[in-house]
Amino acid sequence: MKRILLPLVFVGAYLFSFSLTSFAAIEAEDFSSEELRLRYQTLVDETRCPKCQNQNLAGSDSPISADLRGQIRRLLHEGSSDQEIADYLVARYGDYVLYRPRWQSSTYVLWLGPIILLLLAAAVVFTVVRRRRDDAVGEGDIDKKNVLNAAEQAALDQVLDHSPISHSPISNDRINNERSAS
Amino acid sequence: MERLKLFIPLLIFILLAVALYFGLDRDPSAMPSALIDKSVPAFTLPSLADEETPVTETFLTEKLFQGEAALLNVWATWCVSCRMEHRYLMDLAKLGVPIVGLNYKDERGAAQRWLVELGDPYREVIFDAEGSLGLDLGVFGAPETYVVDGQGMIRYKYVGVVDERVWQQKIAPVFHGLQESPTP
Repeated sequence: MKRILLPLVFVGAYLFSFSLTSFAAIEAEDFSSEELRLRYQTLVDETRCPKCQNQNLAGSDSPISADLRGQIRRLLHEGSSDQEIADYLVARYGDYVLYRPRWQSSTYVLWLGPIILLLLAAAVVFTVVRRRRDDAVGEGDIDKKNVLNAAEQAALDQVLDHSPISHSPISNDRINNERSAS
Repeated sequence: MERLKLFIPLLIFILLAVALYFGLDRDPSAMPSALIDKSVPAFTLPSLADEETPVTETFLTEKLFQGEAALLNVWATWCVSCRMEHRYLMDLAKLGVPIVGLNYKDERGAAQRWLVELGDPYREVIFDAEGSLGLDLGVFGAPETYVVDGQGMIRYKYVGVVDERVWQQKIAPVFHGLQESPTP
């Protein structure tokens, strides 16, 4: 039951978030073309209200937002480009009004920060996973871990040579040894 | 060395905590004006003192700010905090601080009555019924007070009610600095 319920809650929250972005302001918006209306919509969506800082122009009822919406409409009708309108707003209210910050020296950290953090996290995960895998291989593969060096091998042969239970190759060796000794 | 590595997360946490702690003291609504060290925008607007339909049309322009350092105070009769602020502006005017008013999106009659009833601290009041100069200045709510130097450059902006404390701590140092070193 829980497995079904949780995704449902998320989907519900997602849908609800759409209803929150509906527009608080109702004004006469007579645009000569659909293209102009869409550009206006994007502009008021991506511009922050200077007075009420957690709202965009589209969602704010404050007088200053109404003024700025009117100004944006006027500029659009006069044929200003989106860039010119953004410049106009920034010249008066600062970079602050842009919800989509520009690429400039004061925003490098803002734009690059997440990428750098992501790369860092990826590096950490990569290192941890590789180390863990190396450890796992070491434990599993006896041949690799317990390989003897020449001195150890010789010592082992020595022990085996003198063991009471001797195998034929060793006894051969012993015979050889005795021969060479005599 | 291996052991020291264990302290890295703690170190990161401390750095983050310190950064966030200092962030607490910052005023999130404080918005630096985009017009600091820029000229007062060009404008041509009537004076509030004019009659409703003036016989001879005289307009105020940005040249109003040439000559001496002055305050530019944005106010309106619909602005409740402006009424609170007004008393202190009267005090400043008595001290000889030149204040230019910007009557922002207001009715001329109501604004004129306000000055008669409460007193007039302003050298001159620009009547900006449409809020066009307000928009060019980046005004987003009255009261706002700008410090403008003798060349008409905006040096400082304060959003909110100016009182004794604000004047002493924030505006006066900037304003007196401009008065002491008048550039030719």
